[in-house]
Amino acid sequence: MNSNLNLWLVPLLPFAGFLLNGILGSRLPKWLVTVIGILAPLASFLVVLNAVAATMLFAAKTCPTCGSVVHPVEFPYVETFSHPWISLGSLHVDFSLVLDQLSLVMLLVVTGVGFLIHIYSVGYMGHEEGYARYFSFLNLFLFFMTVLVLAGNFLLMFVGWEGVGLASYLLIGFFFSKDSAAAAGKKAFIVNRIGDFGFLIGIFLLLGNFGTLTFTEIAAKLSTTNPINLVVLNGALSINPGTSSLPTVGVLTAICLCLLVGAAGKSAQLPLYIWLPDAMEGPTPVSALIHAATMVTAGVYMIARTHVLFDHSPAALATVAVVGAATALFAATIGLVQNDIKRVLAYSTISQLGYMFLACGVAAYSAAIFHLVTHAFFKALLFLAAGSVIHALGGEQDLRKMGGLWRKLPVTFWTMTAAVLAIAGIFPFAGFFSKDAILYQAFIRGPEGQALWFVGLVTALLTSIYMFRLWYLAFLGKSRTPDAHPHESPKSMLFVLLILAALSICGGWIGIERFSAYLAPATGQLPAPAAPASPQLESILSIVAVVVALLGWFVADLLYRRKPEQTAKLVADLPGPYKLLTNKYYVDEIYGAVIVKPLFLISKYILGWVVDVALLGGVAWLLAGVANLSGAILQRWQSGNLRSYAAWLAAGAAAVLLFLLLHTMNFDFAIAVRH
Amino acid sequence: MSFLNQDVPLTWYLLLSAVLFSLGVLGFLIKRNLITVFMSIELMLNAVNLSFVAFACQWHAVKGQIFVFFVMMVAAAEAAVGLAIIIAVFRSRGTLSIDRINLMKL
Repeated sequence: MNSNLNLWLVPLLPFAGFLLNGILGSRLPKWLVTVIGILAPLASFLVVLNAVAATMLFAAKTCPTCGSVVHPVEFPYVETFSHPWISLGSLHVDFSLVLDQLSLVMLLVVTGVGFLIHIYSVGYMGHEEGYARYFSFLNLFLFFMTVLVLAGNFLLMFVGWEGVGLASYLLIGFFFSKDSAAAAGKKAFIVNRIGDFGFLIGIFLLLGNFGTLTFTEIAAKLSTTNPINLVVLNGALSINPGTSSLPTVGVLTAICLCLLVGAAGKSAQLPLYIWLPDAMEGPTPVSALIHAATMVTAGVYMIARTHVLFDHSPAALATVAVVGAATALFAATIGLVQNDIKRVLAYSTISQLGYMFLACGVAAYSAAIFHLVTHAFFKALLFLAAGSVIHALGGEQDLRKMGGLWRKLPVTFWTMTAAVLAIAGIFPFAGFFSKDAILYQAFIRGPEGQALWFVGLVTALLTSIYMFRLWYLAFLGKSRTPDAHPHESPKSMLFVLLILAALSICGGWIGIERFSAYLAPATGQLPAPAAPASPQLESILSIVAVVVALLGWFVADLLYRRKPEQTAKLVADLPGPYKLLTNKYYVDEIYGAVIVKPLFLISKYILGWVVDVALLGGVAWLLAGVANLSGAILQRWQSGNLRSYAAWLAAGAAAVLLFLLLHTMNFDFAIAVRH
Repeated sequence: MSFLNQDVPLTWYLLLSAVLFSLGVLGFLIKRNLITVFMSIELMLNAVNLSFVAFACQWHAVKGQIFVFFVMMVAAAEAAVGLAIIIAVFRSRGTLSIDRINLMKL
């Protein structure tokens, strides 16, 4: 017997915060806005913590004060609103919230990191216009994100999915008077819509083939076949007739690929990653919360949530892995040469999300979630520390104008150092454990897996180089703008940095074995290696990864501390590749030429001129002309002369009489003929 | 029903009614004075009344006579309102010529 966890409070409390601050915020005093904005996520976090405590009870306990027996809550814990949402024929969709190991971990990250970033925002956004608007949007984001995480079916998940997109749009364009921010918001929204379209098609396919959208029911229908047997027996991508009620592997692959499009849009993977770097126009805490720690990981979460589908489709899994590995490497190379501190971090986020997709692609979902969690810690920290730097420098984001900040901003510097070491994968920081788990899981997947592993390793090298580059350029060396007088950020911000730094250091110590054992009921066991792995293999791979990370540090040290003139020489020696990288492989330009420009031309000439002006305008003009003309003719009739009206009336009456008379005569005539 | 001469057939009454009605229509159409036009309308109404009572007598039905009462009542009301309007029009425009009372014209 489960006790009541009141899960519905988790999304609804931030929603209440959104309504209060959104409607009344401009009239409330600032301290009250702050209290509402902070209390909502804190209360959500406490409800989640209560759920953790309730599920962590190992045996029934007697409550010491009330004397009743308290049982541990069992997974999956489902809360369903008594009234059905949609009931149409055989389709039945409920408002159901599901808590299992996966959603619990995700909720802890979302509400925990979300709460910390809310606190940070109080200091960071204190001097900005639209303080209440900012907090109401941030609460709105938490509402939709928790709906996404807790959803028990695809439709409710889609509501959260769209909602976080909306919140992201609103917050990217928070400084809406700036053209670039407004454009970045639109870009994020439109690119996300492309992904959402894929997701929606996937949902329709699921509905058509399974007749239900509930995660557990789909999993139950699929569990009648063993995925591994399916792969072996059905090389020709078909299923044996004995289980004909199930969709074929081809259909499952189509569904998974559609879901992958959605995930790639939300999680900024190739080829839909282009919105994330521009999303850095938003306030920095927003970048930390939405565009690093939580929302962009929704794609990874979705794949882990629907892993039963992906397990049945090796082709889709391979696509996920390749997309992830390619994105990881691609974004890391761009990150090497960016000069905007937030853009470096944005490309690094894309790259790390690529790692998570890579892990999903080798069916190591718990490794992906592990990296998601540690990444949420250290990437939120990186962004918030970068925000602290930007705050200290009065809005300066260009790495070339920083330098020597470590004396001025000691707390920011040391916390940033922890985060850099964590993302570079140096033992024993959090990133090491999760990245190592992913690389190991890829390596034991046979030759293809080893290719993925190699890409991941090169990415790790590049990650280490660009992160230490950022570190050196921002904090070490001499200040390159001597007239700046940076000051350390307020305590509320530093406090958050310190907590996240502690998490970035310790977050990985739980280890992948314990973590995946905990997640196993929700995301499945880690798959067994293709070939029996020797016990030393894991240690060797770990050492290789750390050596590669240290190598990256060494390269960055060489180029940005010991011989800075070497950097300019390197650029001069390789003008082509450098130009290619600084222009981000010209992807924006290519998309602009291939997709955006033709669309604009079609919209302007075909839709605008031919359809709108000629067709619709012509028809409207024609109708108006006919009405005008007939009006002009008929108005002659309305002479205003009373006697002419009477004459028409008399003539009409005479005509009716005449008609009746003739009619009667014809009728008589007809009768006469019949006789 | 004896007050109506049974020797005169129904057709004659109807003919008289039709002639009176046509005269009313004609007067309505060709006269310019608003009061004359008004009287033409009364003529038409009474032509109709005549055919009503003629039929009522012919068919020995009281409905026709009831209708006549209704028509007379409406005609009285109309006369009251209509004459009031005519007086108002004359006061404001100083004429009763129907061709000059054309404010509603486009």
